[in-house]
Amino acid sequence: MNPRKPSIAVYKFSSCDGCQLSLLNMEDELLDLAEAVDIAYFLEATRAARPGPYDIAIVEGSITTEHEVERIKEVRRDAKILIALGTCATSGGVQALRNFADHKVYASKVYEHPEFLHYLPTSTPIAEHVAVDLELWGCPVNKRQVLEIITALLNNRRPNLPQYSVCLECKRSGTVCVLVDKGIPCMGPATQAGCGAICPSNGRGCYGCFGPAKSTNVDSLVHILRNAERMPGETERLFRGISGNAPAFQMAAESFISKEKK
Amino acid sequence: MQNEFIFGVNSTVALQKKDFDLLLKKLQELGYEVVGPRVDEQTLRYGQINTMNDLPKGYISKQEAGRFQLIHTGHSRYFDVIPGAQSWKQFLFPSRVELFELNKNAGRWDINRTESHSPAYAFIGVRGCELAAIQIQDKAFIREDFTDPFYQERRERAFLIAVNCSNPAGTCFCASMGTGPRVESGADLILTELDNVFLLKIGSELGRNVLNGLPVESASAFLLQAAERELEQASKKMGRTLDTEDLPELLLENLDAAHWQKINSRCLSCANCTQVCPTCFCWDTVDTMSLNGTETKRERVWDSCFNPGYSYQAGGNTRPTIHSRYRQWLSHKFGTWKVQYGTLGCTGCGRCITWCPAGIDITEEIAALRKEVKK
Repeated sequence: MNPRKPSIAVYKFSSCDGCQLSLLNMEDELLDLAEAVDIAYFLEATRAARPGPYDIAIVEGSITTEHEVERIKEVRRDAKILIALGTCATSGGVQALRNFADHKVYASKVYEHPEFLHYLPTSTPIAEHVAVDLELWGCPVNKRQVLEIITALLNNRRPNLPQYSVCLECKRSGTVCVLVDKGIPCMGPATQAGCGAICPSNGRGCYGCFGPAKSTNVDSLVHILRNAERMPGETERLFRGISGNAPAFQMAAESFISKEKK
Repeated sequence: MQNEFIFGVNSTVALQKKDFDLLLKKLQELGYEVVGPRVDEQTLRYGQINTMNDLPKGYISKQEAGRFQLIHTGHSRYFDVIPGAQSWKQFLFPSRVELFELNKNAGRWDINRTESHSPAYAFIGVRGCELAAIQIQDKAFIREDFTDPFYQERRERAFLIAVNCSNPAGTCFCASMGTGPRVESGADLILTELDNVFLLKIGSELGRNVLNGLPVESASAFLLQAAERELEQASKKMGRTLDTEDLPELLLENLDAAHWQKINSRCLSCANCTQVCPTCFCWDTVDTMSLNGTETKRERVWDSCFNPGYSYQAGGNTRPTIHSRYRQWLSHKFGTWKVQYGTLGCTGCGRCITWCPAGIDITEEIAALRKEVKK
């Protein structure tokens, strides 16, 4: 074992495994990655696991059980750098829908015996429980961004992550604005770039899975989207989506929309 | 066919519409990649034009603040649709250009500049506002003190067929900016579309050479008059106007006007206006590094003054609020641009009005600022 290679541990909390799969999907880069780092703990990839401490912990998933509340503290204790990977880890993910509803009703609709479940009434991001050094949004994360943060860490520089909205990615790729051109409700103007504008370039509106962009104007977008609604409540559903527990989207959904409903 | 081409530069000839494909074919034979407006996936883009059937015949565009609609009316014109979000900027100043690669070699860095392999473009249907925009970008990229080799190569090799605009849209105000709807010069050929015929004013020796051998005739006085009438009508169809009289002073002397704050409630800071603007030229450089840090590729990508990262400097952001970024954009476009380049940075194409999801209208914003200042 090359002692100079930084060790990486990849953990799963409440999540669909999609972000871990985006790590494994880096087919062209995986060998180089294995060369550059020591993958010490990554159960989705290999049963061979070495105990900590590790240089870098990459955490997928949100905190939804008492057990996870304790386990994330151990992960933090064992790692020099902790990266929250994907929108579950950075905002709570789609499972945070229960934060805005009666979780007991949800549980009883899915499980015949919900009394056997042990879970918290809310799904929360990693940063609500332990200090997080870097958050990478996305559902799933973009593999180029994952490579960028690992490369930046290995080369001791700041990662180059965009601060602008999805709109700039649409324009760079020649995608014509679906909101202005087709009237399709799109979260792009308020959503952090990083995905490469996948949805608009396929003729769909952005659903905000990369979370709120910095310095965005969510209130103005709510107003625009309400005028573009194709069915009642569409705007609320968009803000209550994958990144619904992100404070900026949550505030938009709660204050603005519910006020208008009254 | 013809040994001698009798028509000189500045003369106007008539080409039957059915023969337009011969012109396109000639350009293709000369090695041009012919691009122009076309309808793809029910939207208007600039892309490859193989034959005139690729042009948006029968379409018009309805444009209002924050709304673009492509409508098929079935009329017989090929150039009656006012362009959409895309502009010729994407060919001359592409959104993404690889600049160079760095390779670490025995402790030092080797620089490998990227060889440019840009095609020679022939642009079909450049409107007055768009031609003016290209000339404005020329001033930014081809200068005495600095010339951008990527832009220069594309620009100097491009063949331009301009089009006189006879059907302006709701967000157009080129008449206010003095850039259209008529094109006087600056293109190799200037086209006016009539019902059965295209009139082509020869704008350059190159344009003349391209027409040589095509079945063109001298344009009759009747056709010239018909073209004149259409253009006079077009000026009256502008959906917007903008008073440029007190620009750039109006902006530069009123940077603290209360009106700027009002934009905060509407502007998304999404950067759409700057990206669709045919004169906006801001860029960023992005480095992509290999995992082991021995190879780096640098690209130039479109950027925007609405990107919070754009005005980030050591220690913080010089334009931290949305209105400060909007003010920067507008006061550059209608203010300091003139100081830098001797011209305003707006040609009245109306794209920023149409493609703003919030429907913010620069003509209204300038008028509102003027109203406040006059009080």
